[in-house]
Amino acid sequence: METSINISTERVFEVLKQVKDPEIDSVSIVDLGMVDEVSTDGNNVKVVLLPTFLGCPALEIIKRNTLNAVKELSKVGEVEVEFVFHPPWTSDRITEKGHADLREFGISPPPRHFEEDGSWHVDCAYCGSTYVTMENIFGPTACRSILYCKSCKNVFEAMKPVSTIM
Amino acid sequence: MSNPENVMSADYKEALTSLLFQLADDDLMYAFRGSEWLGLAPHIEEDVASSSISQDSMGHAAMYYQLLEELGAGNADDLAHSRPSSERRNSILTERVNGEGVYMETPLYDWAYAVVRSYFYTQAKKVKVESLCKSSYTPLAEVAIKVKMELYYHRLHWETWFKQLMGSTDVARKKMTDAMTLVMTDFGDMFSFGTKKQLIESNRLIEPEEVLLQNWKMSLEPVFTGLQMTVPAVPVPKKNGRNGEHTKDLDQALRTLSEVYMVDPIAVW
Repeated sequence: METSINISTERVFEVLKQVKDPEIDSVSIVDLGMVDEVSTDGNNVKVVLLPTFLGCPALEIIKRNTLNAVKELSKVGEVEVEFVFHPPWTSDRITEKGHADLREFGISPPPRHFEEDGSWHVDCAYCGSTYVTMENIFGPTACRSILYCKSCKNVFEAMKPVSTIM
Repeated sequence: MSNPENVMSADYKEALTSLLFQLADDDLMYAFRGSEWLGLAPHIEEDVASSSISQDSMGHAAMYYQLLEELGAGNADDLAHSRPSSERRNSILTERVNGEGVYMETPLYDWAYAVVRSYFYTQAKKVKVESLCKSSYTPLAEVAIKVKMELYYHRLHWETWFKQLMGSTDVARKKMTDAMTLVMTDFGDMFSFGTKKQLIESNRLIEPEEVLLQNWKMSLEPVFTGLQMTVPAVPVPKKNGRNGEHTKDLDQALRTLSEVYMVDPIAVW
């Protein structure tokens, strides 16, 4: 028998921080709040992920990248990655670092609050101006909207807020 | 978690499977007809929006087929692509063509019809999904909670279109009213569970047909009152998609949708 050097969940999380959303490559799946649970059994690793939007074509790529990243750990045994629907992913799972990384990509992070009528507001991802208009609530990917900043005259995107109260 | 098949009675499983096919087939067809607007929508923002909605809806169908796969009903891709129209359980409304002509040739589609169909369908879906959040089958309730969050944006989108076109010119209102007549002709089986009514309702998978229909009417009333209109009556179905009765439009849709799959079922996307 080899002397077993068990894989710790901390080591797995370190690796998962290197797995990025393929369509927003400045943000890790950990900071997007997609990692629900990491468990280890000896050198076997199981990662449970939460899908953001159900029809998102990046999900399978994220699953594969997660699997490959964890397999890179030295002495790792069986690796399993699965998506579950409970708890539901909501945009308030994105970390503060995730918010900063989204801005770096030119995407305003999802607002934490909704107005009473269900509408929401974000500031410009580039200049921070509040003087913006919603161009299209639907954007280039399922999770993003398109806005225009009247101050710096840039088109920018925002991550849609999603919440169980909707 | 234990395998659901082990603890499920045959009755319950039949009810669940029947309902899941209705939900999955509805979203598959709705998403397919929506995707036929790609490149044809009235303006570029709408092209992005409606294709995004279609993509989400296809994702919802995929989740329901996934639940069916987990219940041993077959492979999810196969269930979506390979079943003949007589085995499909979608409502008649979702299978209808977008208008005259053919997508790849001369599509003469009707945007008013697209708006009314999408708005009425999305509102019906919202009512069902809210009920499914309390379903006796937990995996279905969990999926429903996810769907509901995405549906929020779909409903908002179609309601905006509906109100704006209804409050626009006489021509717009006439086209919308005509579209509404057309949509309602096919709306009879929207809340029907077909011959599985008793089975589905008694197993508390979703609320009864009558409750869903009533909730749909009530949810539309504020918008219709604002437009000085009344919510149209839902007719008795002439054909019931929930029992596998369909129009030739469904065959056309399945031929197009499954063309690649039939040529190469193991193609990787």
